[in-house]
Formats: sequence, C-alpha cells, structure tokens
Amino acid sequence: MAKPDSLQGSMDLLVLKILSRRPGLHGYAIMTAIQDISGEVLRVEEGSLYPALHRMEEAGWIHAEWITKETGRRARLYELTAAGKKQLGAEQSRWQAVTLAVNRVLREA
Amino acid sequence: MSLWSRMTNVFRGDGLNREIDEELEAHLTEATAQGRDPIEARRAFGSTLRHRERSRDVRLFTWLESLRADAIFGWRRLYKTKVTSAAAILSLALAIGACTSAFRLIDALLWRPLPVANPDRLYDLSRQGIGPEGKPQTFDGWAYPAFELMRTAVKGQAELIAVSYAEPVDLTYKSDAEIEKAYLQYVSGWMFNSLGIRPALGRVFTENDDLKPGAHPYAVLSHDYWTHRFGQDPNIIGRTFHMGNDLYEIVGVADAPFSGTEPGTMVDIFVPTMMHPAVTHKDETWHRTLAVVNDGAALEPMRQKLEATSRGFEEERAKGFSGMSQEIIENFLNQKLLLEHAGTGVSDLQSGTRQPLAVLAVLVALVLLIACANVANLMTAQAAARSREMAVRVSIGGGRWRLMQLVLVQSAWLALLAAAIGTLFAWWSGPFVVSMINPPDNPARLLLPADRRVLGFGVALALGVTLLFGLAPALRASAVNPVSALKGGEDPHSRRRLMHVLIAVQVAFCFLVLFVAGLFVTTFERLTHQPTGFSADRLLVLDTVAKQPQPQEFWDQVAEHLRSVPGVESVALADQPLLGGFSWNNSVSINGGPPSATLTYMRGVSPGWLDTMEIPLLDGRDFRLSDTHPGAAIVNQAFAKTYFDGQDPVEKPFELAMDEGVRLKYQIVGLAADVRYRDMREPILPQLYVPFRSVDAGGDSRKKGSGVFLVRTSMASPRALAGVLRDEVPRARPEFRVSRVRTQLEINQSHTVRERLLATLAMFFAIVALLLAGIGLYGVMHYSVLQRRREIGIRIAVGAQAGGIARLVTLDVFAMVIVGAVAGLALGMASVRYVESLFYQVRATDLQMLALPAVAILAGALLAALRPVIQAVRIDPASMLRAE
Repeated sequence: MAKPDSLQGSMDLLVLKILSRRPGLHGYAIMTAIQDISGEVLRVEEGSLYPALHRMEEAGWIHAEWITKETGRRARLYELTAAGKKQLGAEQSRWQAVTLAVNRVLREA
Repeated sequence: MSLWSRMTNVFRGDGLNREIDEELEAHLTEATAQGRDPIEARRAFGSTLRHRERSRDVRLFTWLESLRADAIFGWRRLYKTKVTSAAAILSLALAIGACTSAFRLIDALLWRPLPVANPDRLYDLSRQGIGPEGKPQTFDGWAYPAFELMRTAVKGQAELIAVSYAEPVDLTYKSDAEIEKAYLQYVSGWMFNSLGIRPALGRVFTENDDLKPGAHPYAVLSHDYWTHRFGQDPNIIGRTFHMGNDLYEIVGVADAPFSGTEPGTMVDIFVPTMMHPAVTHKDETWHRTLAVVNDGAALEPMRQKLEATSRGFEEERAKGFSGMSQEIIENFLNQKLLLEHAGTGVSDLQSGTRQPLAVLAVLVALVLLIACANVANLMTAQAAARSREMAVRVSIGGGRWRLMQLVLVQSAWLALLAAAIGTLFAWWSGPFVVSMINPPDNPARLLLPADRRVLGFGVALALGVTLLFGLAPALRASAVNPVSALKGGEDPHSRRRLMHVLIAVQVAFCFLVLFVAGLFVTTFERLTHQPTGFSADRLLVLDTVAKQPQPQEFWDQVAEHLRSVPGVESVALADQPLLGGFSWNNSVSINGGPPSATLTYMRGVSPGWLDTMEIPLLDGRDFRLSDTHPGAAIVNQAFAKTYFDGQDPVEKPFELAMDEGVRLKYQIVGLAADVRYRDMREPILPQLYVPFRSVDAGGDSRKKGSGVFLVRTSMASPRALAGVLRDEVPRARPEFRVSRVRTQLEINQSHTVRERLLATLAMFFAIVALLLAGIGLYGVMHYSVLQRRREIGIRIAVGAQAGGIARLVTLDVFAMVIVGAVAGLALGMASVRYVESLFYQVRATDLQMLALPAVAILAGALLAALRPVIQAVRIDPASMLRAE
C-alpha cells in the first residue's frame, strides 16, 4: 500500500482527470474512483480530500452543487469548469515532463 | 468571483461551517452505505474538526474573518462599559470635530487654490516700505494709471489684472425704494480669459469691455449670486440695475465656483475697471494688481522691471507733493515692490486671520491630544483588567499580532464612532465660526466644501488618533508574559507609570490651553473696556446719501427735522462716524514751517457734534453754523501735545499743507478731549475737527452727496428708532435717503470681533481641556484605588489614618500634576512670543496670567481626587480581605 505521501503534488491532477471523465461525482465517489482505477495502489487520505476539493473550488477549477438523491440523502457533486480543463492540461503536461525526467535519470544514472 | 465568495463567506461563518460539516458527514454515510464499518470509516477519515478548519481557511479570508471576530468582540467590550466608552467617544468626538472644523476653515481660507485655470502662476503685487506714520507697512493697492504702465512694461512675460477691493454697494433693480446690497468688484475685462473662467450663461468680459473710462456699463454676475438672488433665471441676460447714477446691463454669468479672488468675500457682481470713478486718478489706490506669469518667465527681472516702472510713475507724481515732509516722500519712493504668490487668492481676511487661526489650530490639536491621552489611559486600565485574558490567549496559541490587532480594532471602534460624531459637530461648527469672524453687518462668506480634501483629512485624523492612543496598549497586550501574568503580574506598577506619564502630558497641555485662553480673554476684556472718549450708548449712525450733491442748508434742514422726532435727544452731522474705518489725514504746518512728519487725523463735523458724542470740550467753544472748513478748527489733546508742546492751542493759527504748494489756514476755536479715531489698540492720534460746512477757494459753500447723521436717542435700544428715522430723512428732504443704519456700539464692537471670537473659542477649548484632564485624573486615581484596594485594606486593618490613605492615593498623581504644570508653563513661556502681536495690554509674565491656570488645574485635580479618596478611605478591610 502506497503511503498517502505518494500522492503529494498529484492529487489535483487525479481529481481533475477523474472529473473530466465522469462529471458529477461526490467526494466519496472521487476517492473510490481513484482507488479503483489505480488498482488500489493509490489511496487518498479520506479527510484531506475535502480541503483539496474546496481549494480547487475556490481556485475556480471545479464547481460544486448540492443535490438530493432518491434515497433522500443530500450530496455535493463536483464538475470541471473551463478553467479546470485548462488546468488539467497544464497539470498533465507537467506530470509527463516530471515522469519523463525521472525515467531518464533511472535509465541513465 | 472567488475573491468575492471568500469575502462574503466571512460573513456567513456559521452557514459555511454547517455546509462543510454536512459534506463531511455525507462522506461517512456514503462509506457506511458502501458496507464499511462505521467506526473504521470514522477512524480512517480522521478529525472532522481539523478538516473543517482547513476547508474553512481555504474558503474565506482568514484575516478578514479574524478582523470580523475582533470587531464584534471589541464592540461587545465597549458596550459592556457603556458609560466610560460613551465618555471616551464623546470627548474624542468633540476634539476630532473641532480639529476637522479648524481644518475646513483654514483650508478654505488659506490653503485651497482659487478655482482658476492657473493658480500656480498667479501673483499679487504689493509695495513694502516705511509708511507715513513711520512704521513698516505693506500695501497692495495701486492707482490705475500706474497699473497701465506696469502692464505694458511686462507684456509678453506676464498678464497683469486689476481687481478692486470687493465691497458692498447699493443698487436697485426696479425703483429706488428697493435698494439692496451686493458685493461688487471692478475687474479688468481680460481677467476672465486670463484666469480661464468661462460663462455659465451669456458672455463674460473681454479686453473690448474695458477700453474707455465710463463707456462700458455692463455687469457679469457670479454663479452664486445668480443662484441665490435670481434662482438661476435663464432670462437674466439683458436685465438692468441702477448703481449711483449709472444704469448697468447684465451680459452674462460667470461659471461656478469662481466668486472673486478674495477668500472670505464672495463677489456678486463684476463690472469693468473702466467704470470705476477713479480709473483716471493718479493718486487713488483702489485696486489690487494680480499677475498671471507666463510659463518659464523669470520672476526677479520682472519684479525689478515692475519696481522701476512703479518708481518712475511715483517720482513723476511726487514732484507735486508739497504737502508732505521730505522724509515721508523719501520713504514713499523707496518702497520695494513685492511679487508674492497668490494661488490661494488675496484678501484682508486671510492676512488678518492667519495668526489667530494658527493659534486655534494649535489649541484644538492640544485638546485632541488630551482626549487621546484620556482614551489611552482608559484602554490601559482596561488592558490591566484583561491581562489574564491576554495571557490565556497567548498560552493557547494566540499570535502576538492577533493580540495587537484585537486591541487596535477596539481603538479603531472608538476612533470611528468619535469621527462620525465629530463630523456632525464639524458640519455645524464650521459655518458657525465663519459667521462670527466678521461683524454681523459685513459677514465673511466662505465656501466650505466637504470634498476629498476634508474627507482625506478626517480619515487620516481618525487613523492617526487610533494609533496614538491604541498603539501603546496594543504593544503592551502583545508583550504579555503568560506565566507571570497568570501568577498575578510581575510589576504591578508598570501600568500606572505609563498612566502617570500621560497624566503629566495632559496637565502640561491643559495648562498651555488655559494659559493662552487666559491671555486672549484678558486681551478682549482690556480692549472692550478701553475708553473710547465718547459715549456710544443709545447712539444711531445713519449713513445718508443724495443722488446729486446737496447744499449745506438742505443737510441742516434734515438734521433739524430729525431733532423733532419723538425719542430723539440730539442730532449732529459728520462726514464719517468715529471708528468707522475711514481715515482722512494731512500734514500740519505751524507758523509757516515745513509740513509735519506726523500726520493729523481729520473729521468734518457739525455744530453740536461734540455734545451729541458726549466728548468734553476742555477749552474754547464749539463750532457755530457760520464756521467753515477751511477756517475754524477744534483739536484734541494729542494734537496740542504733538504740535504745540502741550500748551493751550486755543486761538492759535496753523495751516494744513496740501499738494501743489497750497496751504489752508485755520484758527483753533476749541480744545476737545481725546477720543479713539480709527482703532482700539494704537495710541491716541492727533486729531483735528473741521466744520462739515466746507467752502471752496472762492468762499462759496460746497455741496455734499454723502454724510452721516449721529442721533442720540432716549431709547434703551436705539435700533427701535431705525425704521422711523429711515423714513423721516426723505420726508424732510426728498433728495436724501438713508443707505445704512448702524449703532455706534456695533461700530465699536466691530473692532474687537476677532478678539471676541478668539477669546470665546479659546475659553471653550480651555473648559473642554480642563474637563478632559479632570476626567483623566479621576480615571487614573480611581484605577489606582481599585488596583491597590487589597493593600489599602491591609493598611486600614493595621490602623492607617484616613489622611495617610488619602496621601497614598493622591501623592503620585499630584506630583505628576505639578510636573505637568511646570512643563506646561515652560511650553507656554516658550511659545507665547509667537503670538504676542495678538495680545493687548497683557504680558505672558503677568503673575495673574500664570496663577489663573495653575489654580484652575489644582482645583480640577482636587475635585477629581475627591471620589477616589472617599472610595479608598471607605474600603472595609474585613469584607475586602474576605472577598479575596
């Protein structure tokens, strides 16, 4: 199991990517999506997710809305905004640049 | 958008918390719904409180949030101590209001640039030298022919503009029955263009309106006059009014807010200089000369050129000066021409009130500082009570800066509330003070706009005040040492020391204010009780004019008619009233000698004038109807002393030396007691009364177009007769009409109007300062009793006497009072010489002047000490110690 630290710096990227594919997820669903897709390798520290979501919301990358589900429970669903799409692109290319560089070091060192 | 949401989130704090909690809760519910163990899920999730705080910080401005919390907390603290807070706020409001008011006044009168296109390039021409009375003087009046020469001399470098001294004139829009007053200024036609003033309606003058003497009977109204007199009537163009014998046509309205170049006087009507009766006279200085200097023109060469031109003009003119001593002529010619910046306008009100206003500004600033010291002491005392709270805050992780902020925010509340109330006070008091600067019949009119300048000053003042009284307590609060504070404090006296220093400062300033106020009040007292030499009781002064000059017999008929009016005791005729502001002087020649260097001051009066004025005739006789000017003369004691070495001058002859070598011969028929002629402060002038009836060189009686009737009534309030007399004058002779009715008392009082204002305001501030300092003393002693009640209780328990307790409570404070008073005395002595010219017959070193503030402060301090001492003595050791 990877430590939560391994997500350092990539939390925004993962959340934005998930939301770009599957708009309208609540926090719990985003968390399980990250875990499922990564094959349980990446785990999000549950509580930390929300400050991160709220920070991205304040930054204007994602937008949240309260809905009431059939079960009667209320949930806060998140969606990507236009600014978020742009941010996703930027984060993706940054990530690729970093992994490329790390791989090169591993290969050639 | 996000910025806004972070801001608004501050003000929906609870709602935000609930929303975050709900989302976190939903997460756990979802986890349980997915089949996880609720306890495991909760543990995996971590502290909801911590997550909520982190989310909160993200979603709002924490600083704003803390500020909001502090503001609410500060307000609650103020509200908890309602009475002290209200006292602090009110005293501060009074001080801030007075400061703002003083600023508005000073700014409007002295600092604000004229609303013209180029105030930075505007200059005023004046001449500085030794005046005919042998004293240094500066005068900015010019004769128009000299102005024309100077204008030509600097053409291309500067444009000179002539503007007359604005004065009230009588004019009528319809019939003579409806005379009204308006402030009129004669101005160069090109003034409007040079100063960039456009018409609001019709047109303004140009150079073509100012070419030939008497040929341009046109008028331009000021926007203010057009508004308050005509309600901005658009049909005003083409209307006419009568002034004297001329009919003027209104051609336009100048654009707002220009209303002349004299702050303190708002001009109603502008007419071209060419319409002034003295425009061709070389010997009448009736207008100022303003210069709009071209960009980049060198001032000094221009000044020299102007000086040379002016001197050349006067030298030519001085060839005819045979009526003056050589010394006076030399001094006159050797005057230096000054070119002084006049971007804020030029007026007598400015030069006459600059120093008093500066004194007032200092007084209000001192009162503000006293009020600040009070509030600082209040805050310090409160901070003492809160030292445990502060210590707890520090212990649980409150930042030092947060603690400072907490205290400063509370100070800001005080300052803010005080500034708001102070603004209201300034709103009212500014115009009130303006209305008191000048005599009531000639009020100063000043635009007192509440614009950015005033607002900026108010904001800066409130901020400055907050820092002034808030910073020290705030620094103290932030420097709290939790360990020792929770144990009961390391140095219980440290706070009292700060308070004591502030008390000394307060007392010093209070002493200064009282001291200066005392000097002003005494000055005013001495001036008002200065004997004038005549009686102003029940005396009315009727300024009377006739359209055409009228023969002496008609004037006498009117006087005779007025004597028959019920309620009239006696009536006399004169050219001008005494102390009325009009001087008429001449050089005297004794035994055919050269013209005297000392001038004598003249008044033309009718027989019976001395009686009516109740001026004692010491020797000789009064005028008879047959006496004429030149011919007979009555002189005063100062005249006898100056020209006859104090010997009885009656029956002696003398001559008045006139220009062009003319000598007028007189025989002294009477000697009268000294009276005040022009001013309340100067020494008595040599005076000479000549008959109102004057004859020309051929011996024919001269006709006169204006004079004043002096009417001694039997009424306690002579004003009651004003209306009747106004009607009776034209009834006696239809040629005459009364243009103005004054009482002699009003004329006398107009000489002390500014001294009265200064004395009143200084007295007011002195009382406020004393009150504030008393409250401050009381507060500190009260606090000290509270703080030391345990000690006092023990002392009483072991048998201390009441006197000892009283000494214990008051000794330190009274020592501070004495230190403060001595410091205030030193300050007063050092500063008072800058305002000595405002005093009359009173010296700063007079014992009485020093004793008064000392006694007042001591009495105030004793009064303030009374309650704390009683409190201290009444401490019941048993219950006190049990409470601990």
